[in-house]
Amino acid sequence: MTKKKLVPYLLVSPYLIYFLVFIAFPVIFSIVLTFNSWNIISPMKYNGLNNYIRLFHDQFFLQSLVNTLIFLVIHIPLQIIVAMLLALALNQKVKFLGFFRAAFFLPVIVSGVVVTIIWQQLYGFDTGLFNRILTTIGLGRVGWLIDPAWAMPSIAIMATWKNVGLYVILFLVGLQTVPNHYYEAADLEGANKFQKFFKITLPMINPTIFMVVILSTIGGFSLFIEPYIMTGGGPLNSTLSAVLYIYKQGFFFYNMGYSATLGLFFALLILSVIMIQKKFIEKE
Amino acid sequence: MKKVLFYIFLSLAAVAFLYPFLWMIIASLSPENQIGNLTFIPTSLSFESYTEMLSKIPIARALFNSTFVALCITFGVLVFGSMVGYALARLEFKGRNLIFFIIIFTMTLPFQITLIPQYILMVKFQWVDTYWALIVPYLMNSLAIIMFRQYFKTLPQDIIDAARIDGCGDFEIIFRILWPNSIPALVTIGIITFMASWNEVLWPLIVIRNEHLMTLPQLVTLFAVGGAAETQLGVKLAAATLLALPIVLAYLFFQKYFIQSMASTGIKE
Repeated sequence: MTKKKLVPYLLVSPYLIYFLVFIAFPVIFSIVLTFNSWNIISPMKYNGLNNYIRLFHDQFFLQSLVNTLIFLVIHIPLQIIVAMLLALALNQKVKFLGFFRAAFFLPVIVSGVVVTIIWQQLYGFDTGLFNRILTTIGLGRVGWLIDPAWAMPSIAIMATWKNVGLYVILFLVGLQTVPNHYYEAADLEGANKFQKFFKITLPMINPTIFMVVILSTIGGFSLFIEPYIMTGGGPLNSTLSAVLYIYKQGFFFYNMGYSATLGLFFALLILSVIMIQKKFIEKE
Repeated sequence: MKKVLFYIFLSLAAVAFLYPFLWMIIASLSPENQIGNLTFIPTSLSFESYTEMLSKIPIARALFNSTFVALCITFGVLVFGSMVGYALARLEFKGRNLIFFIIIFTMTLPFQITLIPQYILMVKFQWVDTYWALIVPYLMNSLAIIMFRQYFKTLPQDIIDAARIDGCGDFEIIFRILWPNSIPALVTIGIITFMASWNEVLWPLIVIRNEHLMTLPQLVTLFAVGGAAETQLGVKLAAATLLALPIVLAYLFFQKYFIQSMASTGIKE
């Protein structure tokens, strides 16, 4: 009988060990780290609130926040609009639906490393595809990755291209849950296409939009490999992302204490931004 | 007419998503001086970039490392995930709700907070530059546990009761009775886990410095940003093609599963 009682604990014990070692301890230790300065090699040194004071005077930290904001402001609306357009198109009775869906989804499954290496070429100043198109139709070249004003928007556009396929699928699922008789009723009332979209479709797929906003926000704060490969955070730190800055402080300068402070701060920021978004969208 | 325009729009969109990959493959198979041509068909075929790549970086070893690591992680997540998922779905015990709550909590915890302390843990375990560092922290996955829990809840109690009468223990019930009845869940969780592991690059960059233990995306990344590749775009694109190929091939065969898996979880990257 006692053996039977122990079985559930035996089954969940791998998770408990994992949780204690890889989640609970790191979270507590990261808070300890924020009050210390440490380069891993020499002993840890208590330095009070210095890491926090430094954080609020650190222009690179501020820059990484602004960069993330720029990314999100471009990425989120662009992602929702493009995904919605493609999903609405696929929601008609489309031939070769499977092919189109698979094509839009392809970048989602491919490594961000591959996507970044390809887009680095597309964004090339002299021979990149985009500038070739621009010069062919008589416009000037754009410094996609070398102009500080363009670098982050360029990365946001690429990220949209990479992720949008997933949201096309999610929107498509959402669109198919809207009961047909809503549209039929609207037809009887003489509603036009736009009225139907804004009065019926949009409110019905609101939960999906919320999911897209949240996932994109997390994505923006997790941006790393794209600037790491494309720009190294430049030009003029215009693509220094949150995670790239944590990485640089931790593994270039070995400031474990300060790096952990950045990590803690960004984690709290992500959670609060998501809470605010949730409140805001629930109200709508 | 409207129909035609509609299909032209869709086709252009499809080209926008497919052409960059096509270009990568074509360019990697072209002689270095012809990569600049943005064509659909290579004018002359050349494997120069690939042979060059093989001689420059231990890419075969990286291919093995990535496969080995991703397989170990996928196996671990399936085994441990179904154990915990089963306990939460089918057994009564004190603290069950607390554990469920903890799992949900860890799911929402941003990784930025644990990144540095987890690295320090690897240093203290002396796992830096070992497979342990790449595999062990990923053996457990909260999302997988939740998905197993949900799926096991839908299975009929009869099959579990019947197995108990036959004298099966809980482990036998999980792996011999529930698993054969949970193929969709196993496939879904397997695909997401393998893909996430295959594409992971930040963690390997942190815990692996020995070139022979590097994963494929890590090696390709360091090659792409390092000086060695600067002049040879072809080699860079050949390496990227090799990195994309296994997942794309799997995608061609199991396309439906991939899309369903990702859509059912809403996760990305």
